[in-house]
Amino acid sequence: MSTTHVLLGLLAAGPMHGYELKRSHDQRLPQAKPVAFGQVYATLGRLQRDGLVTTSGQDQDGGPERTSFALTDAGRARLDEWLGEIEPPAPYVTSTLFAKVAVAVLVSGEQRAHDYLVAQRAAHMDRLRALTAVKADPASSLGDVVAADFAILHLDADLRWVANTLVRVADLHREMQP
Amino acid sequence: MTILRARGVVKSYGLTPALRGVTIDVAEGEIVAVTGPSGCGKSTLLHCLAGILRPDAGEVLYGEHRLDTWSEKMRARLRRTEFGVLFQFGQLVAELTAAENVALPLLLAGTGRREARTAAVQWLDRLGVADVADTRPGEMSGGQQQRCATARALVAEPRVLFADEPTGSLDSRTSEQLLGELVRVVRDQRTTVVLITHDATVAGYADREVALRDGELDPSGLGLTAIQGRHKR
Repeated sequence: MSTTHVLLGLLAAGPMHGYELKRSHDQRLPQAKPVAFGQVYATLGRLQRDGLVTTSGQDQDGGPERTSFALTDAGRARLDEWLGEIEPPAPYVTSTLFAKVAVAVLVSGEQRAHDYLVAQRAAHMDRLRALTAVKADPASSLGDVVAADFAILHLDADLRWVANTLVRVADLHREMQP
Repeated sequence: MTILRARGVVKSYGLTPALRGVTIDVAEGEIVAVTGPSGCGKSTLLHCLAGILRPDAGEVLYGEHRLDTWSEKMRARLRRTEFGVLFQFGQLVAELTAAENVALPLLLAGTGRREARTAAVQWLDRLGVADVADTRPGEMSGGQQQRCATARALVAEPRVLFADEPTGSLDSRTSEQLLGELVRVVRDQRTTVVLITHDATVAGYADREVALRDGELDPSGLGLTAIQGRHKR
């Protein structure tokens, strides 16, 4: 995911300092991996170097001095460009699940792949239940629901693949025999 | 505490076996998803647990009661008073309004007309469809019909709700709204639920999953929407 563009997007609402940006990121993208402070500051440094953000003041507010950053016109143009870009559908299958099954069949045979798939399926179902609870909780924000939904449907796709592959591992093993 | 138990339940339709010795326990207040591809026996298991069908062999226990030894009349009474059943297509009575449909289980149990109507409207309200109380099923959307069917299944405050693909005929948005509300209501009432589905995203609403395949328990959980047959490509 492009943290750079997400931070540009958050700054479109108005200048923020690093800490506010981190908080805003984690709030606006619930269920996503929280962004690290270090990454926020490193990204801001790069964006400033490239002229996409600029410092817009300092405040002290009793604590340490903090620098606010604002989007420049070039930054806004870059953000706009990113929002209009179509993401290419993934050209390769990059899932670790898939790689593990292929290697397990190769190295240890069908039983190993089967056992792995069964255990992975159970872990997926646990996660699916936890996310469904988030989705069904009346206290969840719509942002939480949208994020949970994204994860649930991807887990569902994995689960369908796991179910199909469980049926096919024996054949797969035969096919992979030299 | 275990409220429902199947012990080695076997059931065939003619020469076709549907269940080949299924054993499961359902604890009071839990939501259990029974999953598996079509033809795996999950509906037959639900019918046996709900006392609609009698198994050919094995035991079905509701609390301490051996349902499989009970007469049809006794099982029918139990289904009216302790169980609620919800199917994929609501099976509402077309000639009756939503409120009349929902009131039916209470009227059958001997509740007065006025009291039954009040309870029915309250349940329609809980499921967010009080506005169609005086509408007939033909004039309702699929989602509204299924909410009415849910209200009817719960109006007599059953201890166990049996739901067979309850959202199978709905689009995914309507389905998740109904499931969200259903789960909230049954948690409030501490109703036990046996939920049949072939869909992992529906099974996600349950506390746990029991997977069936070819009439038997399938510990690998292969059931969900799997292709059938080893060589199918």
